[in-house]
Amino acid sequence: MNVLIDNFSVYGEGFLGTVELTVYASILALILGFLMASFRVAPVGSLRAFGTAWVTVLRNTPLTLLFFAVLLGLPRFGIVLPFQLFAVLALGCYTSAFICEALRSGINTVPRGQGEAARSLGMTFRQTLSTVVLPQAFRTVIPPIGSTLIALAKNSAIAGAFSVIELLGTYKFLSERGYNIIWTFVWIAVGYLIITLTISAVFNVLEKRYGVAR
Amino acid sequence: MAVDPLAVDPLIELRDVNKYYGTLHVLRDINLIVGKGEVVVVIGPSGSGKSTLCRTINRLETIQSGSIHLDGQPLPEEGKALAKLRAEVGMVFQSFNLFAHKTVLQNISLAQTKVRKRRKDEADQRSRELLDRVGLAAHAEKYPAQLSGGQQQRVAIARALAMDPKALLFDEPTSALDPEMINEVLEVMQQLARDGMTMVVVTHEMGFARNAANRVVFMADGSIIEDRTPHDFFTNPESARAQDFLSKILKH
Repeated sequence: MNVLIDNFSVYGEGFLGTVELTVYASILALILGFLMASFRVAPVGSLRAFGTAWVTVLRNTPLTLLFFAVLLGLPRFGIVLPFQLFAVLALGCYTSAFICEALRSGINTVPRGQGEAARSLGMTFRQTLSTVVLPQAFRTVIPPIGSTLIALAKNSAIAGAFSVIELLGTYKFLSERGYNIIWTFVWIAVGYLIITLTISAVFNVLEKRYGVAR
Repeated sequence: MAVDPLAVDPLIELRDVNKYYGTLHVLRDINLIVGKGEVVVVIGPSGSGKSTLCRTINRLETIQSGSIHLDGQPLPEEGKALAKLRAEVGMVFQSFNLFAHKTVLQNISLAQTKVRKRRKDEADQRSRELLDRVGLAAHAEKYPAQLSGGQQQRVAIARALAMDPKALLFDEPTSALDPEMINEVLEVMQQLARDGMTMVVVTHEMGFARNAANRVVFMADGSIIEDRTPHDFFTNPESARAQDFLSKILKH
């Protein structure tokens, strides 16, 4: 118990670090995932190919490798950013591949005729997607997107290995100080639970509100 | 099988249209001209390509060779120009395809605001007029799933009309309906025909073909076999295929 009280500021800093990583990377992942899903169903061949390549590369590469590529690779091309921003980029891009596929599976659950009807009325691809197809797809993709964002919150721990301040990384500082390792980890776990359970609660509310009406 | 000489002002023109699904040749050298104000009914056995023909006219299906002109303009490739042209040609589907997440009123108003750029109140007013015309003014706030099939199809017709199209395509509009609901839809279609709307109707409703059509186009195996007035077609079909088809469906 002492671990938490004595080091509340350390825990707090780590907790906030993880929250920041999760929130920023989630926003990036949702935007990119949405964009890539649109690409993958677009009537333009080159966009489809780009979307497919994006998903294939990012979904099939270990996240740690992606961190190495971003944190060590990008500076070689003269792109020097704070480590936290690099971590958000790596996490966001990685997760966007999964968001894209969740969205696309949702798009596929919307009957073809819905899009055909919209197109036959003269609506453009973008109008069809944004006003007819995606609002209906949204209902079915709420649960898988929730799971993907929870995975993102936990994956953010990898950033700690690249000297970004986040929750898991606090254990190094605390164990050096001789605190009981088990209690150290129990409080870290509680911190992650607060974040992941909050995400699930938000998605439960979204599902209750938008998931059922038919 | 001459093209109707009265069709002096062609609205829809198909010339030597061919379409394949893989190696399957679904449309063979189709030539069809539909004049302004004409009602053309397309009939034929299932698998004859009549629905595909209907869907090529607004490019929901692409073609491999030949040309399609609408009001003198060739059908554009995918993109903004195609969207603009599609707004001029309404389509009514077998399975209605009303937007499931929108109310009846929103279904009819959506494309008016997005495509025709009408103000929302203006669009809603037009939608209510059209709902009144198809006899569904009381159902404006309902969702499609709360309506019967016949009511949904009438909403779909109102939705197509809201764009003030030059022509309407009907792809088996009554095939998914219970028998007692077919007439309410056919009545709306007959009224449209009387009002001078240009219509291409793929259907199995021979009564509608007799009463409302200017021409009957009979298709089999992807080809147009006969293209004649309803009276000539039903009383004196020329081809063996048409005689066989009519003997099967008119027996009962």
